[in-house]
Amino acid sequence: MTASGTFGYGEEFGSLVNLHRLGAIIAKGISLLPRQGNPPPRIAETACGMLNAIGLENVGLERFFSEKLSFLRGIDTPLIVNILGDTIEDYQQLAKRLNDEEKVAAVEVNISCPNVKQGGVAFGTDPDMAHAVTKAVCQHFSRPVIVKLSPNVTDITLVARAVEEAGADGLSLINTVLGMAIDIESCRPKLANTFGGLSGPAIKPIALRMVWQVAGSVSIPIIGIGGITTPEDAIEFLLAGATAIQVGTANFINPQATEEIIQGIGTYLEKNGIASVEDLIGKARRV
Amino acid sequence: MQVYKELAEIIRREQVAEDIYRLTVKAPDIAAASKPGQFVMVRTGEGLDPLLRRPFSVHQVAEGGMVQILFKVIGKGTQALANMEVGRKLDVLGPIGRGFTIADDSQHFLVGGGIGIAPLFFLARRILKKSEAFSIRVLLGARTKDEIAALADDFKGMGLVVDTITEDGSLGKQGLVTDLMADLQQEKPVMIYGCGPYPMLRAVAKTCRENSWGCQVSLETMMACGLAACLGCAVLRADMKGYVHACKDGPVFDADDVAWL
Ligand SMILES: Cc1cc2nc3c(=O)[nH]c(=O)nc-3n(C[C@H](O)[C@H](O)[C@H](O)COP(=O)(O)OP(=O)(O)OC[C@H]3O[C@@H](n4cnc5c(N)ncnc54)[C@H](O)[C@@H]3O)c2cc1C
Ligand SMILES: Cc1cc2nc3c(=O)[nH]c(=O)nc-3n(C[C@H](O)[C@H](O)[C@H](O)COP(=O)(O)O)c2cc1C
Ligand code: FES
Repeated sequence: MTASGTFGYGEEFGSLVNLHRLGAIIAKGISLLPRQGNPPPRIAETACGMLNAIGLENVGLERFFSEKLSFLRGIDTPLIVNILGDTIEDYQQLAKRLNDEEKVAAVEVNISCPNVKQGGVAFGTDPDMAHAVTKAVCQHFSRPVIVKLSPNVTDITLVARAVEEAGADGLSLINTVLGMAIDIESCRPKLANTFGGLSGPAIKPIALRMVWQVAGSVSIPIIGIGGITTPEDAIEFLLAGATAIQVGTANFINPQATEEIIQGIGTYLEKNGIASVEDLIGKARRV
Repeated sequence: MQVYKELAEIIRREQVAEDIYRLTVKAPDIAAASKPGQFVMVRTGEGLDPLLRRPFSVHQVAEGGMVQILFKVIGKGTQALANMEVGRKLDVLGPIGRGFTIADDSQHFLVGGGIGIAPLFFLARRILKKSEAFSIRVLLGARTKDEIAALADDFKGMGLVVDTITEDGSLGKQGLVTDLMADLQQEKPVMIYGCGPYPMLRAVAKTCRENSWGCQVSLETMMACGLAACLGCAVLRADMKGYVHACKDGPVFDADDVAWL
């Protein structure tokens, strides 16, 4: 699958990728109303990674329906819509509207956003808030609800368990890791927003560790995300306990990365005489 | 928009000036589809550091499916490119973005400074291709002679009229490129095409606005994807109420459509 915010609405990659071959397309996070995002610079490169502070710029729910959906309807690949909000009510309304649209196979709930009513603390950093958002979405969306966890917490298993208990059908992890970079010529932060989310190969060991931990504490399926660039990376996540994986930043470097990873996993299975990818899931955990 | 990914063999590498290089690569699909002002995203190596592709304007296209980029070494990515051997393959995505719109007028004014002028060569050729009766005047500014002398000669080699100005007076008059623009009053330009560092473009845009001359500028931003996916390449709109994106709505913008900060 392609990770939210790194693959646009699919159309952007249409001339480079066979979209029909992907496991799923996860659309850029949408909110009820359009958001204009943060001032530039929004991006800075770091060693084997990048920082972004896009500020959740998106076209909003209505324009998603009117401008983006018709292209996605033309592709057999399942569409998962990533949603974000300022309040629990926002998430609820998004879930309700998307529930009516058959093409939306599942929603992925981005809980790394600040809860405006609770003084801006991110939903995903507090197990109770994460529970409340998940429950609200599950009540209004009848197909699978996937909750996307933030790594910027002390113990990710607490949030994971709270979300499972609230009724989530699956978890995806991780979102970006909070970081920053400073320009030593101007002596200013490189991002206008000062802080940004680190992604790419640099975060892979953190993501893998978190997938491992969460796989040991919940029983719903996990989608592994974080720095996956090659088939080998993807296989590590499966071995740690992920049932599926998402490719993010790697799409920027090689737009065909997701397709090549799918192919590479197949080659690995064949080479090692493994019948099904399911045999890999959590294999590294078994003693 | 059709974007191609090509493994383009490096056919030629030239050192144009101290830190400036020109690479010619064979990328037939990109060469055929490119328009002046569009750019390519190039991987500068096979490893994970530097991670992201680097954007470069299409400097020129040539017979046999050749694409040229002209770049200045400023960091590790451009350094790696400068060291690339002929015969190696470069991973290139393109053509990307919205290029220049050639105005329906017989006189065209290309205004630029520094390495930013790379796309103006391609533009000049396409203007002349549109009509041989069109005339082009090139105004170039730089801090000092070395930054611009070789490129000014290249324009002259194309038979164009070139005026240069440098901040230290080492080539042409002493001053800024906008000082040269003051001489354009009698010619009443319909369209100015600008490329270069942001402060220069801001001054060029201001001069054009004051004189009611049309003005298109090519803007540089940080970019991660070049595919309208990351939304990293935001440029504030003139109404200050949101952003346009340099890899999709630009990199060439009408100077009146963006905010000048
Ligand atoms: C649409 C577009 C067209 C371009 N065309 C050309 C061209 O034809 N020729 C050319 O020489 N350069 C061009 N550039 C700029 C070029 O992309 C950068 O110089 C290059 O990416 C630097 O890579 P590096 O690894 O050498 O430097 P880095 O090591 O990545 O950076 C060195 C320093 O430059 C800054 N920097 C890097 N990239 C940019 C950028 N895009 N904008 C502002 N600051 C930056 C970094 O923050 C850092 O401080 C273009 C940029 C854009 C967006
Ligand atoms: C430019 C950019 C934009 C992103 N936008 C979103 C988003 O809108 N919603 C979301 O849940 N995650 C978003 N992410 C996070 C990614 O989906 C992914 O979780 C993260 O980048 C880690 O994976 P990676 O290392 O493979 O990129 C974004 C990441 C990047 C780099
Ligand atoms: S560079 Fe990624 S959206 Fe423009």
